[in-house]
Amino acid sequence: MVALADITARRHKDRSHLARWVMLGLAAALASVSVASLFVGATGLSPLALIGDFLAGRPLDLRARVVIVDIRLPRLALGLLVGAALAVSGVVMQGLFRNPLADPGLVGVSAGAGLGAIMAIVLGGLLPPAIGAATGYALVPVAAFVGGWLSVIALYTVATRGGHTSVATMLLAGIALAALVGALSGILIYLADDAQLRTLTFWGLGSLAGATWGKVLAAAPLMLIGIFGAPFLARGLNGLALGEAAARHMGVDVQTLKRLAILLVAAAVGAAVAVSGGIGFVGIVVPHLLRLSTGPDHRYLLINSALLGAVILVLADMIARVVVAPAELPIGIVMAIIGGPFFLWILLRRRGLMEM
Amino acid sequence: MIRALLLSTLVTLPTTALAERVLSIGGSVTEIIYALGEEDRLVGRDATSTYPAEAAALPDVGYIRQLSPEGVLSVNPDLIVSETGAGPVEAVELLRAAAVPFVEVTDGYTEDAVLRKIRDVAAALDVPDKGEDLAATVSADLDAAEAVAAGVTPQRVLFVLSAAGGRITAAGEGTSAQAIIEMAGGVNALEGIEGYKQVSDEAVTEAAPDVILMMDRTGDHALSDEDLFTHPAIAATPAARTARVVRMDGLLLLGFGPRIGEAVRTLAGALSESAG
Repeated sequence: MVALADITARRHKDRSHLARWVMLGLAAALASVSVASLFVGATGLSPLALIGDFLAGRPLDLRARVVIVDIRLPRLALGLLVGAALAVSGVVMQGLFRNPLADPGLVGVSAGAGLGAIMAIVLGGLLPPAIGAATGYALVPVAAFVGGWLSVIALYTVATRGGHTSVATMLLAGIALAALVGALSGILIYLADDAQLRTLTFWGLGSLAGATWGKVLAAAPLMLIGIFGAPFLARGLNGLALGEAAARHMGVDVQTLKRLAILLVAAAVGAAVAVSGGIGFVGIVVPHLLRLSTGPDHRYLLINSALLGAVILVLADMIARVVVAPAELPIGIVMAIIGGPFFLWILLRRRGLMEM
Repeated sequence: MIRALLLSTLVTLPTTALAERVLSIGGSVTEIIYALGEEDRLVGRDATSTYPAEAAALPDVGYIRQLSPEGVLSVNPDLIVSETGAGPVEAVELLRAAAVPFVEVTDGYTEDAVLRKIRDVAAALDVPDKGEDLAATVSADLDAAEAVAAGVTPQRVLFVLSAAGGRITAAGEGTSAQAIIEMAGGVNALEGIEGYKQVSDEAVTEAAPDVILMMDRTGDHALSDEDLFTHPAIAATPAARTARVVRMDGLLLLGFGPRIGEAVRTLAGALSESAG
């Protein structure tokens, strides 16, 4: 990361001008993609007809209202939030670990959330009926969120000694925790019946198809905290790119920075994974693309990543919902099929920059 | 829980007008609708509805547990008839919000359950008389098949769901495979395990099946007899010594739909034939 920053800094003295233009462009793209997503879906219904009816005071067609207001709008909102939250969390993690390969999974959120979801799916039926009725379909998201947080707290506790958090210990403990969580998940998968196995598989592939206003409202505050809180860490992360000691000399409170970064990521990713399942890829690819084009300055990188993450996820969701209509592809598949080759292509073109 | 209650109230709701745009979710429900002769009213099906072959021409709204609410609405159904377990719950609730009647029929692996499913589907389609007729036909067919099956010497049957990668996934207790094996006069060789599970080679040997039952499919199920009988777990079983394997179409064997009699007759016939 340090080497990468050096090289890019030498080649391009100051790319903040470019970064600002990119920010404008991404904001415009975000607006157009958002509007477009309201027009795309298996039914072919258009929001214009609905708005027309509404303005003319005509009674709204129930089917059109459900499709636009209760299906496409919450999906759009969830796509924007999850895309931005995952991309920003990726940037923060990569800054914190000073490694471009870091992703939110490193603080254990994804693994813990996955175990929580699996427990809810497989063991949810064993709960007393009263609890089952009270939680309803919120059980899986809530369990995923709790699982994510528990594993972050466990990792943070293990890696913190005498007020100092070692990111290296956190990384290694994360690997150990992932193995343990994987084993527990394996036991539950063995116990699961056929139906539960299918549910698990689809959960792991990720989807925005389950978006409801209830989910959006429950998860939005946590994701918004992550998305809007991260830019305040930009200066500290820039300092950290030079090493912990250098950052401390620059006046960065490294321990507070680490604590805040981990909390923000846990909140944002925990909520994102809980409502959308396992959507990978955004957290690594989006920051990379932007670092290659507009440089590693976190002041721009964080905001641009939020915008690009949201654009990409909403686009992928539009593809996911029409490509096999009336059925639907899990969005994780769409992301990987389109994003994987694209990312490889970028890497091949810019290979010179990647020699570290 | 809530969902089950809501759905059961929905089932009892009287249908006001005859539904003309029916979406069928679940292979056995689709089979029943065809058997009732009501297929002209179908506008869509799910991914598991593969019989009869004509059903494949209908729009496929995806897998039963992973329905997309807008995808379902895009076929513009005025009635949805589904097997147990349609989901996700959010999708089902959105469909209810869009005022599409949603009827969930209960699954089960007994004769009574099959007949009840037929009557429930017929009631949902508002053709209860046709439902009674079909239930009577299926019941008579199944009774005849079971009478034939009763004459077969009971044999230990191991249902192998998959042997992908050399690891055997077989049917334990409480499975649809065990139910159909017992109806056809056999005994499930694998005891003490619930559901479809990956089992150790020793457990398979210990189960000592006389016959191996498999689904007749391509892909990872396309295991040649030679590979099957030289598999270390199966090589030491009576089935391998006498080279006895029965392959049947999966939806026929495990569908528990109107072809249940045919399934029992075919399986019982194969068991007695291979018994020599």
